[in-house]
Amino acid sequence: MTMLELQKPRPIWQIMFSTHHTDVGLLYLITSLAFLFLGGTLALAIRAELFLPGSQIIADSMTFNRMFTVHGTTLIFLFIIPFASAVGNYFVPIMIRYKDMAYPKLNAIAFWMIPPAGALIWLGFADFTWYATPPYSIISAPGPAADMWIFGLKILGISSVLGAINFVVTILKCKHPDMSIGQVPLLAWSFLSSSLIILVAIPTFAAALLMLLTDRLGVSGFFNPALGGDPIAYAHLFWFTFHPEVYVLVIPAIGMMYEIIPRFSRKPIYSYNSGVFAFVLLSIVGFSSWAHHMYATGMSFTEKTVFMVGTLAAVPASAMHVFNFIATMWNGRIRFSTPMMWAVGGIALFFSAGAGGVVNSAMPLDFSTHDTYWVVGHFHLFVMGTIAFGSIGFLYYMFPYVTGRMYNETMGKIHFIMSFVGTVMVFFTQHVLGLYGMPRRVFDYPPIPEWITMNQIASVGAMIIGVSMVIFLANMIHSSGKGRPANTEDPFGLGGKYYYPFEARNPHH
Amino acid sequence: MAGHSNWPEWIYVAIVIALMTWVGAEAWEAERLIEHVPEDAEVIKVIGQQWFWSFEHEDGTREIGELHVEAGKAYKFEITATDVIHSFNIHDYVVLLDAVPGRVNTVWFAPDKAGVHDIQCREYCGLIHYNMRGTLYVEEPST
Ligand code: HEM
Ligand SMILES: [Cu+2]
Ligand SMILES: [Cu+2]
Repeated sequence: MTMLELQKPRPIWQIMFSTHHTDVGLLYLITSLAFLFLGGTLALAIRAELFLPGSQIIADSMTFNRMFTVHGTTLIFLFIIPFASAVGNYFVPIMIRYKDMAYPKLNAIAFWMIPPAGALIWLGFADFTWYATPPYSIISAPGPAADMWIFGLKILGISSVLGAINFVVTILKCKHPDMSIGQVPLLAWSFLSSSLIILVAIPTFAAALLMLLTDRLGVSGFFNPALGGDPIAYAHLFWFTFHPEVYVLVIPAIGMMYEIIPRFSRKPIYSYNSGVFAFVLLSIVGFSSWAHHMYATGMSFTEKTVFMVGTLAAVPASAMHVFNFIATMWNGRIRFSTPMMWAVGGIALFFSAGAGGVVNSAMPLDFSTHDTYWVVGHFHLFVMGTIAFGSIGFLYYMFPYVTGRMYNETMGKIHFIMSFVGTVMVFFTQHVLGLYGMPRRVFDYPPIPEWITMNQIASVGAMIIGVSMVIFLANMIHSSGKGRPANTEDPFGLGGKYYYPFEARNPHH
Repeated sequence: MAGHSNWPEWIYVAIVIALMTWVGAEAWEAERLIEHVPEDAEVIKVIGQQWFWSFEHEDGTREIGELHVEAGKAYKFEITATDVIHSFNIHDYVVLLDAVPGRVNTVWFAPDKAGVHDIQCREYCGLIHYNMRGTLYVEEPST
């Protein structure tokens, strides 16, 4: 049976040169997990450094600055996005009942752009944060690291656009003729929405990156005030792409939860229509809020008001998903297997993250939180608490599908509990730390007793997450070779069908 | 799902919209009041550069890394930078505004009682960003 990727060993090059959607999916999966561990290691080093004031394990601030820059860049662009592509590659064709992605070769090309981009980012090790703000990035950031980062992101952007075109065409043009758009499962809808956002959002940043590069080369001065340029223009171009991009990150994770929650509640989704509506609404309204990242740049009162309203307008769409999940679980015969625990934990953190987001959006309050640890806590509750939780839950869910074996359930649950406790310890604490005024992106801090205590709580939480990730890795490696063979009809014993629609399986061509 | 009505979700969405409207209205009102600079505010020019703050008072006195003001008076900061973007922050008084080269941003505050407060940079600006700190001394009125 061809769907069991790892049960029938094949030479590695057969997978590497394949264009079959599950093979490309597997490549995406392994790459994204490798970068999860690489980027996570940097996070642990950062937290160890901040355990106490003074220099602990990192020699100097330049190294520290490079580490948090590469940490953020890696986990967003080389873990979250490729992981979503992995899931999309495995399941979108099957869900819309087509033999592969619409353009299999393009699919493989989009994947193969990621390793060189990752190499550029890691070998360069730039220091200008994940948003490369000019004029720092033009006049102050050391090359060639900065230039390598720019090229790396350029390549990743192209890869995203190619992937997005493929998903849009696959879903809209290749779905089975018997299937109406209103029958496309929510997970596939999530890929349709996030891909459309990518197509509209990415070109702006693609242009900004080129302008940054020519500014660095000294042949232009778009963002360089010394040459009459305006650095705030860059901030607009950047956030026009990257606020919508946060929805690109979160929407597939919500889609994964839409797959897990009804199955493990053994009930149909409460409202399919509401899920579709919320996805589409978010992809549109998401474009009206980018400058909420720029309240402190000196915008006028009117501008700030417009972007606050645009931000708050997107909240109901996110809130609808939370309602849908809870209503689906309500009165369900819930089975708390590992995937379900991650999904439910992720929803709880999604809700708390959103509540914090509302505080950032209210303009006078943002002057307390902006660029403090509050913001670090805020977006990590999304990227870690919601997106990584949804993704990891889904990884456990698809594990029997990929390997034909079961992971160790006890280890999976320990992994969840430790990660959940750790996440709360790190990122809730960071919200409070931000209210006490600690700026983000600092290598060292003054010995204010409250700051020290809160940094220590956060660092211990991070170590707990770190240990849980080692358990996770051991579980994955051991179980994919030696785990007990899964009942591929119903691996979680839910008494129903496993994948939707179960009958469709794509042979390798 | 056939035949099931969705009224709980409509109520829920209505509550969320109402809450957001309330948050937005309160924020709008607060920000509008905060941004109204008093007529008699004294101007202090603030310059951020890698990696220290300097200040110039109306009477021409200059200070570096330290800022002395009097309790009970209103001050208007005119903030700019000479090299890269910084962010001028007195957290205890919720004063925060970016120092952008080529632009002057203004924000005001009125310290109410004598005391010592931290000044820091809240926008990443390179090597010593973590230590781009200063001190605000609010002194008793001199009258
Ligand atoms: C849906 C998933 C979300 C993700 C992945 C996300 C991610 C992020 C990220 C990465 C940042 C920080 C960017 C940086 O400065 O480096 C951020 C800041 C911000 N987020 Fe979110 N966010 C999400 C949802 C929300 C929601 C629902 C709201 C509002 C209701 C919100 C409001 C804000 C605001 C206002 C800021 C700017 C804070 C500041 O810099 O002062 N976010 N978010
Ligand atoms: Cu945003
Ligand atoms: Cu700074």
